[in-house]
Formats: sequence, C-alpha cells, structure tokens
Amino acid sequence: MTGTEQVAAPEEPGAAPLKVESPIREAWRMFLRNGSAIAGLVLLIGVILVTFIGPQVYPVDPFEIVWAPLTPPGVDASIPFGTDYLGRDVLAGIIHGGRATLAVGASAAILTVLIGIVVGALAGFYGGFVDEILMRLTEFFQVLPPLLFAMVLVALFTPTLTTVAVAIGVVSWTQTARLTRAEFLKLKQLEYVTAARAIGSRNGRIIWRVILPNALPPLIVSATLIIGVAILFEAGLSFLGLSDPNVMSWGLMIGSSRSYIIDSWWAVTLPGAAIFITVLSVSLIGDGLNDALNPKLRER
Amino acid sequence: MKIAAIIAQRLFYAAILILAVLVLNFLLLHLAPGDPAEVIAGEMGGATQEMMAEIRAAYGLDQPLHVQLGIYLGRALQGDLGQSFFYNAPVVGLILGRLGATILLVVTSLTFAVVIGTLLGVLAARKPTGLFSNVITVLSLVGYSAPVFWTGIILVIVFAWVFPIFPISGMSDIRLAGGGIEHVLDVAHHLVLPAFTLGVIYLAQYSRLSRASMLEVLGADYIRTARAKGLSESVVVGKHALRNAILPIVTIAGLQFGGLISGAVLVETVFSWPGLGTLALDAILGRDYPTILGILFFSAVIVIVANLLTDLCYRLVDPRIRSGGHK
Amino acid sequence: MSEPVLEVDNLSVTFRTRNGLAQVLDHVSFSLGQGETLGIVGESGCGKSMTALSIMGLVPTPPGRIAGGAVRLRGEDLLSAGERRMRSIRGNEISMIFQEPMTSLNPVFTVGEQIAETVRLHEGLSQRDALARAVETLKAVGIPAPEKRVSEYPHQLSGGMRQRVMIAMALACNPSVLIADEPTTALDVTVQAQIFDLLRELQDRTNAAIVLITHDMGAIAETADKVVVMYAGRIIESGTVGEILADPRHPYTQGLIACVPHFLANPPVERPPLVEIPGLVPPLSDLGTGCAFAPRCRHVMPRCRGERPPLMAAEPGHEAACWLLDEAVPA
Repeated sequence: MTGTEQVAAPEEPGAAPLKVESPIREAWRMFLRNGSAIAGLVLLIGVILVTFIGPQVYPVDPFEIVWAPLTPPGVDASIPFGTDYLGRDVLAGIIHGGRATLAVGASAAILTVLIGIVVGALAGFYGGFVDEILMRLTEFFQVLPPLLFAMVLVALFTPTLTTVAVAIGVVSWTQTARLTRAEFLKLKQLEYVTAARAIGSRNGRIIWRVILPNALPPLIVSATLIIGVAILFEAGLSFLGLSDPNVMSWGLMIGSSRSYIIDSWWAVTLPGAAIFITVLSVSLIGDGLNDALNPKLRER
Repeated sequence: MKIAAIIAQRLFYAAILILAVLVLNFLLLHLAPGDPAEVIAGEMGGATQEMMAEIRAAYGLDQPLHVQLGIYLGRALQGDLGQSFFYNAPVVGLILGRLGATILLVVTSLTFAVVIGTLLGVLAARKPTGLFSNVITVLSLVGYSAPVFWTGIILVIVFAWVFPIFPISGMSDIRLAGGGIEHVLDVAHHLVLPAFTLGVIYLAQYSRLSRASMLEVLGADYIRTARAKGLSESVVVGKHALRNAILPIVTIAGLQFGGLISGAVLVETVFSWPGLGTLALDAILGRDYPTILGILFFSAVIVIVANLLTDLCYRLVDPRIRSGGHK
Repeated sequence: MSEPVLEVDNLSVTFRTRNGLAQVLDHVSFSLGQGETLGIVGESGCGKSMTALSIMGLVPTPPGRIAGGAVRLRGEDLLSAGERRMRSIRGNEISMIFQEPMTSLNPVFTVGEQIAETVRLHEGLSQRDALARAVETLKAVGIPAPEKRVSEYPHQLSGGMRQRVMIAMALACNPSVLIADEPTTALDVTVQAQIFDLLRELQDRTNAAIVLITHDMGAIAETADKVVVMYAGRIIESGTVGEILADPRHPYTQGLIACVPHFLANPPVERPPLVEIPGLVPPLSDLGTGCAFAPRCRHVMPRCRGERPPLMAAEPGHEAACWLLDEAVPA
C-alpha cells in the first residue's frame, strides 16, 4: 500500500461518479463493440417492425383464401410467397403470425424467469431444508422431458395462447432456478450482504434489493436465451397442432402444412425461416450480452 | 463412500423420482377439467355407460382421493398404467412396442453428436482463431437457433427431390420385414435422416463446448508437464487433454436427455418414425389420456436411467469424484 | 571444471505482445558441468522460466520466437535439432520439475501411469517393467509404500508428496540435466527443506547437472554452486555462490540478498525492518536504452539512464553488469 492512494481517497463524495463509467454504460459500450450482437439487434428490430407494423402495410387476412391452393412463389406478384394447401397467402401468414409467436415466446420467457428466480433465490438464500426441498423439486422437473410435459399440459387443458405460454413456463424454469441459486450461494457470503444484515435489514429486502441486483448480469444473459428457447417451444407445440387454431402463428402455419411438405415446400420452410431468424437474433444478442456483462471474458 | 453404497443411494433416489412421476400423473388426471372417468375414457373412446361404470370401479373413483392414489399407485407398480380406449389395448403394451424405436433414435443421435461434436471441437481448439474455429462457432449458433422440425423438413425436401438416396419416412421397408441382416441394414438406412436431424443441434452444442473445454485444458500445467516428458503432440492432445476435456461433455450429455426426447417427438413426427413421439401425438389428437400420461411416465424413466448411467460414467472418467460420493 | 554438459550461449527470445515486440531473453549465457548446480535468481517476469522453456524447446511459437544464440547439450545444438530429436531429449536427457505440484500432474491418470508413460516412451519398456520402474523411482524419492501409491491418483496425495512424484517422473529416465523451476514455492517451509535435501541427495547419486530456478536466495545458498542473477531478460550478475553472497556487486543482487536478513555479514544489533526493493520490473517491450534497473536503483547515475552497462569482470569468474564496476576500476 503506497501513500498516494490514501491522499486520493478523501475526495468530495459527489465528485467520484464523474470519472467512473457506470457499469451499465460500460456494458453497453462493450455490447456495441461486438459485431454479431449488433447484427442480432438489427435482425430483432427488423422482426419486430415486420410483426407490428407489417399488418398495417400488408393488410391481407392470413385466414382468407386468396388464390388457388399450393401456388408456388413467383407465380403472381400479389402472392410473392405463394399459397398454402387451402390457398391462403403465406406472406400474410408470416406477417400476421409473428405477433402470436412473439407474444407467447416473450410471456413464457417472463414466466420461466420469474419462477426460476423465485425458486433459486429462496433455495440459495435460505439453504438447509428449504434448499433441499426446492432442489428436489427442481430435479423432479428436470426428469420430465419438457416438450412432452408441455404437450400433456396443453392437451389436458384447452389449447389457447395463455395455456401454451403457461405450459412452457411451467416446464422450463429449472435452469434459471439452478443458475439463480448458484449466484445467491456465491453472493450471500459477500461483505455487503453481511453489512445489510448488520444494519438489520429484513430477509426480503436482502434477497430482492441487495443480492438480486448483483446476480442480474448472468440472469439477463440466460433470460435472453430463454426467449429464444420459448419461441422454439411455441413453434414446436404449434407444429404438433397444440396451439390455438384460431390465431395465426408461425408454428401453426408449419403444423397445418405438415402433410404437404413435398407439394408446398414454401409453406413450411418460409415460416420456419422466420422462426429461425427470430431465434438467431435473440441468440446473437444473448451472446453479445454475455461478452459485455461477463468481465472475465472481456480480455479475450 | 464405497461405490456400491453410492449406487444404492442413487437407485433409491431414482425410485423416489419414479414414484413422484406417478403421483404427478395421478394429479394431472384429476386437475384436468371434467370428470376423471371421462378423462380416462377419452372423448374418442365412444365410452358407453357400462364402460364409465367399469372405469369408476377399477380406479375407485367414488372413494376419497388418497384411496384413489393408493389404488392408482398399486396398479402402476403391477405394470398397469390403464387401458387405451383409443387403441383398445393396454397402455404399457402400446408403449413398450414403441419404446425401442425412440431409444434407438435418441441413442444414435446422441452418440453421433457427442463423437463428431467432440472431434470437431478438439480440431477447432488447436487453432482457436482460425477459420475452422469460427465456422464451428457460427454453426453452433445456427444449430441452436433452428427449430429441429424445420431442419428435418428441409432435409426431407432435399432428400425427396434432390438426392433421393435416403428414405424420408418410416423405420423400415415393409417388403424387407423378414428380419436378419437385411432388416438391420434397412432400419439403419431409415435411421440416417432422423438421427442426423436430431443429432445436428447437439452436434453444434458439443463442438462449441468441447472447443471451449479443450482450450481451457490445453492451457493447464499438466499439459506442459506432458510436453516436457517428450510425448508427441497427438498423445498430449489425444490422451492427456482429451480425457480431461471430456468431463463437462459427459455432464451435459446426461443433462440433455430430457431435451433430446423432446426433440425426438418433433423429429419422429417429421419422419413418421414409429416411436413414442408419434404415439404421443396420435394419443393427443385422439384425446387418449392414459396413453399420453403413460408416455410421460416412460420418458421420465428413460431420463432417470440416463442420469444414473451418466453419473456412473462420470465416476469412471473422473477419479476425483469416484470415491468422493458427493456432487 | 569438467566438460560442460549444458551450455547456453547468447540466447535471445522475443515475444510478440499487444504493445509491440518484447525482448524476453537478451543474450543469456551460462554453462554447467556434470554434478553441478546452477541457480538462476530473479523476480517473476525476469526471464527465469523462459530460459528453462527455451532449453526444453517448449517456447510457445507464436507469439514467442528464438531470435538468436544456441543451447548445447554435450556440444549438440538443440535449437537447430528437429522436433523428433527434441522429443527424445525431453523427459529423457533433460527433464523438468514445475512450480505447481498441485496442477502439474494430470488429475485423471494414476501416479504410476504418469511415470511409467515416460519410461515406456524413452526406454521402450513394457507396461509391467515400466510400472516396476515407477515403484523403484517413487521409493528413491522417499515415498513410503510406493507399491500402493503407484496406483493412486494425484488428488490422493499431499502437496509435498506430489512434488516428490514430479521429481520421480523427471528422474525416471536418469537425465543428465534436471531443470527445477521454483520446485518448492507452493509448499510448506518444512517440506521445502526436505525437497532440497532430496534434490541434493539424488544429485550425489546420479551426478546430474541441475538448473535451479528460484527467487529465494536462501535456497540458492543451500544448494547451488554457481549463480546467475537475471533482471528484465538479461543476466546482470554471475559468479560462484560464495562470491555472490559474500560480495554482491550489482545493486539489484545486493537488494535480493538484503531481503533475506540472516545473510548480512554483520547483522546489526537492532534488526532493520525487512528490506524491499522498491518498484516493479519494467515492461519488457519498453526498456529504453539505459540500464533496466536504473529506475529502482539507489546508486543510479546519469550514465545509467542513457547507456546500458555490459557484463564486466569484478574478479575472475565473477561478472556484473553495472557502471559502478567501471567507476571502481577505471580503465
């Protein structure tokens, strides 16, 4: 320890933040430096624009029969992506079907993360008996193949967008719970947690206001990737016919054209490409966030 | 702790998990909207009044809930998971008839993914900034993001039109159903596309994982020691590094079994592979709940067994936890 | 002095770094004969370990590059030897003991296998004979119940035991040169002494030449015959252990010795606080033209900042790279 540091220490309290870059801003800067993350962000913005503004620009009803069935793309300028086995416009389906896919994906991801964080935080913070019970529960859920379990849940209840989102949330929270638990186990031993205890903070406050904010970086990365997983789930369920048949979605398009793969490749591969691009954009962003929020990787 | 004691403890946990899955199945039957008897009979079963009465009696549905649970568990432990009114056959028999196909598909895909993925990852790790390494990273991202049924469908289209060398549907050719080596080859021929489709997602993940793991291991002190002994680079990488780098792969491979079975449901549907996945889908479309729940049960058992095997494998590969007993 | 077994002659190594080319080793020369022990001393980052890796032919290239000089084993230049020849030398004629016994052994192979592997490779023994040799060497390095230990894994052994295994591994093929890179840093003090005793004893038996790399002057005093002091990739002082400890000429060497209080010829009655050399080793890519030690030197003169001092003889066989010598003995 040299003397210079001690001279520098007693500065004006307000002066310090001026020089130090806030961690969020620093992470953002790291994120922007990552080429593939930017590509992901641009792709995602594109997908969102198409999904939310597209229907106004291209107001064709995706359920309406507009042309002869199984018309390939390029036959007529009014149906650039062709028609499916019923003669419905594939492009209209892609543009109008994104909303349901994204909405189910996002709400399922939120539910997944919420359950995961609550279970993981309680297990990690309290340890002992609580931890034992919650971790056994997590192990139990990990034993059930997620898609099959979600299929059973959706099949037992009526297939609506809500059921699908809830089912996805119920089957896929285990990983978040394990991650949160690990972070809590690590963080609860640190000084500022002891300090918070020493000044008499309640457990609830320590869990949600003291530890959780510090555990967020890895959780944000994982949550981003979970959005992708949830979208894939929704698509998988719809492909199997387990989604609301009255709401157009990308998975539904693929699922309903399943028997016509050879006759109308466009009706299955194009909505599939939409799912792929969306999930890819989210994965790229997740990768970029991982590099930006994980200081250990920064040197590479 | 002795190995035998560890195995006994693991088996005990496995038994409890299996029991828990049965309880879950029971709960699902009762949580579903409507009369459990109707749920069991299924909407498509064309259940008559006599059948309903029969079901009520068999499952003790007029008794208190805990008695019903007892009856359910008792029947399940005797190998009776109910009757499929859709197929008009016992559920267990139906499932056992399809189980082999799914296990064949899943194990082949996993082996393909682990072996090839590790190999690619190891090659990539030798030049971590090279072109090949970047290709691996991109491929793993693509593999992770592409819906498995979409990949499958594209393969179906490609192999149906462009290169019709692999069958795109079913598990065997009816004309060759006689058995013998011809039949085995035929099944293998049918297996290529489904196994590749399912394996390729995990292939991407394993190559990325093994690349990262290998890079970490190659920087370890004991690798320097191995080089200082005068060992050739292939022995250093193939023996000293690989044996350590494979540890996280074994762990992940075990954890992914549930996901693998989920993927198998989709892949089986695309390629009409006669396994549990196609059975599950038919059962769901036919509202055949006993069969659906039976499949959920059996697939959970597959995962439990796979986890047990992984645990044992891990102990064989890593001497540090072989005697430790605790994770 | 006998015919030298190992000669390092004007060895220079550069490393490509983000801040440009770093001269990691700069014209390093020394030699040692059979049964001799050479100590290489210096702070971390001075080039000690890089010297060892260069002798073994294990400098990672790129980013490293051997820029010049020679390493000779009984007259044979190793830098121009092919990779095949180097592999037959490593672990056989020249072997090395590393700093971290905890991590330098492969966790997934038995101790016996790790020793036997070397013997199989270099002497072509069968697995059974190689394992017998492993038991023999484990016994020679003082490991109790070697027949049992041979089938154990590294994690089942203590740190001292692991370092003994490392030594057994290095000695299994009776090398003529043994390089020990900080062999005791990670160990308890009592174990350190045991390891040094073991090295000395083994040297008496096998007559191997030992290169002992350390930052610990105490270890040097107890085991070495000759000493080379390195700073920022160069040798700044060399001589016999007696000369260097009794009459260090370079201020840096003086500082190193002063760090170990009991070496002072006349310890003052009032013990001074532990001496520390202020400052850090400068970045190797940015050494400038003067003496690399000048920024930290108590006796720094204007000349030191502009001109780099060459190695100058203080007395026969004792050299130091410091302008103070030039002042003391005017030309």
